[in-house]
Amino acid sequence: MTTSTSVTASPTFLDRVRTYSPPRRYLPVAATVALLIGMFGAGSLRYQGFADPQVVLNLFVDNAFLLVLGVGMTFVILTGGIDLSVGSVVALSTMIAASTLQAGWPAPVTIIAVLVSGTLLGTLMGLVIHYFEVQPFIASLAVMFLARGLCYLISVESIPIREGTFTAFAQGSVPLPGGYHVTPSVVVAVVVFAIGAWVLHMTRFGRTVYAVGGSESSAHLMGLRVAFVKVGVYTISGLCSALAGLLFAAYTLSGYSLHAVGMELDAIAAVVIGGTLLTGGRGLLLGTMFGVLLLGTIQTFISFDGTLSSWWTKISIGTLLLIFVVIQRLLTRRQN
Amino acid sequence: MRELLRRPLFWSTLALLLLIALNTAVTPSFLSVRLQDGHLYGSLIDILRNGAPVLLVALGMTLVIATRGIDLSVGAVAAIAGAVACVYIAGSDRPAATSTVVSAVALAVGVCILLGLWNGFLVSVFGIQPIIATLVLMTAGRGLAMLITDGQITTVVNPAFKVLGAGFVATLPVAILIALAVFAVTAVLARRTALGMLIESVGINPEASRLAGVRARTITWTVYVFCAFCAGVAGLMIASNTSAADANNAGLWIELDAILAVVIGGTSLAGGKFSLLGTLVGAMFIQTLATTIPTIGIPAEANYLFKAVVVIAVCLLQSPRARAAFRSRRPVSTVKAGAA
Repeated sequence: MTTSTSVTASPTFLDRVRTYSPPRRYLPVAATVALLIGMFGAGSLRYQGFADPQVVLNLFVDNAFLLVLGVGMTFVILTGGIDLSVGSVVALSTMIAASTLQAGWPAPVTIIAVLVSGTLLGTLMGLVIHYFEVQPFIASLAVMFLARGLCYLISVESIPIREGTFTAFAQGSVPLPGGYHVTPSVVVAVVVFAIGAWVLHMTRFGRTVYAVGGSESSAHLMGLRVAFVKVGVYTISGLCSALAGLLFAAYTLSGYSLHAVGMELDAIAAVVIGGTLLTGGRGLLLGTMFGVLLLGTIQTFISFDGTLSSWWTKISIGTLLLIFVVIQRLLTRRQN
Repeated sequence: MRELLRRPLFWSTLALLLLIALNTAVTPSFLSVRLQDGHLYGSLIDILRNGAPVLLVALGMTLVIATRGIDLSVGAVAAIAGAVACVYIAGSDRPAATSTVVSAVALAVGVCILLGLWNGFLVSVFGIQPIIATLVLMTAGRGLAMLITDGQITTVVNPAFKVLGAGFVATLPVAILIALAVFAVTAVLARRTALGMLIESVGINPEASRLAGVRARTITWTVYVFCAFCAGVAGLMIASNTSAADANNAGLWIELDAILAVVIGGTSLAGGKFSLLGTLVGAMFIQTLATTIPTIGIPAEANYLFKAVVVIAVCLLQSPRARAAFRSRRPVSTVKAGAA
């Protein structure tokens, strides 16, 4: 690449277009975007009303909590870790919210209680992972069991939420120009995403996340705050899970211990499909958003079709996961 | 020193005995086993019978973990096995015949072996991290099982199929006998031949083993096939016990129970050494715990909480940091954990 600068003839615009290849780190994201556009193209050709902008907005409406989870999961996976507890923490958050509201707590206190408990669980997990060198997989598995068990201790039954603030939030609508609308939870999710993107791509903390994912021992030798960042990403994931739990509680207006079973897999799938390397160190938060949208599009596709059953969702998510894992593998192999 | 070496098995056995003692204190009849209509009955027998699927899956998982891998897809594979067998039996000309069951079981096991080949292919040939490679089948597998059963809970009425999960032979439940038979064969193969050592060497360093002349790739591939086989048999037991294939709930979270059993049994998740006897004790511990919790008056669903406490305790005991603290020595330079 560097030797080509000595070529005297300046390349024409056409040459530049013809020989342009995007930086390799954008390739997986580009593949996801291409797939997303392709699916939307196919969908709008096959089904009437598929290309309606409200359908796109509904992807956000129905997956706001998944986007929030994905933000936290991206941080964790970028450090080379994994967090299996997010689904259970979502369920626990809905349970805490529903039961405290039922007990008559004011909504702000409930919200703070949920956020604090989720964050604490995440921090604890991070501490165990970093200081006791327990594998992230197994430590988050323990927290997954812990959170589910706590759910059942609170109640085995589903608890409805009838509190005013939550119902108002759930039924609220944010009008957009052109007669379209989204729900307030989309606003929350987009704000979380923006903050996440800022922290990850613009701050020292974010750069350290990438450094730890690239090589933990090198990051350590460079004098980076490895311990702080490693515990930090699990704290962020815990906070995001609690927040996603609040959104989910508002979405379903209930707390139930069987909420969000398997949602950790959706979150991981979204991150992977978004092009973040599972070995850590490479990936973009924007990719995760496209990953979430792609998962949402699959569901939309299946609901528009009507003849396909809902289990095709799982099969297609699995297939996509496979395709992207193989792409990742080929990319990293070529690099080595 | 000798006791230190044996510590994992020692602690898990002690924990199991303590649980049994607790149960006996709460329900004095816990240990009693009675003979009724030529079948053995009692809490202990129930624990063994209900624990058979977990034990089977944990056996396969032990070998996979010994190669520094993990198989998350076992629950989905179990569901697929049940679905294949039940759909085959329900759709055959003679749904009550024994010969139908034989071919159904053969077909289900065959499908599971194919799934194991698939997992093993992704891990050993493509070189994808095990946790991710098997995550694919974990995600898609239940969808596949739904596809096979067409989204229904397929029920079958077949006395021969019922035997597999709920039958008795020579006063003992068939499920236990099958699990113990697989356990015995595995133990003999792993400990009386070089296979166990080869698996461990692959777990310690696949590349070095390959250079030393071990067929690392074949061994890795084989353990995933074996794991899927075990999961398939476990799935058949579950389906037979309920006489139905429930694609959504059969074997739900059995992969986590199996991993838990393996970890409690003292097998390190970092690979390289395994204890089959430890896995046996671990699986029994989990099943006894599941029985104990409702007995002492806590809602049965809360056993997740207790499992979590056990996992955390075991991990802390296993962690290098805690061990170093035990020996009051500074930790040796730590290597980043491989599978994450």
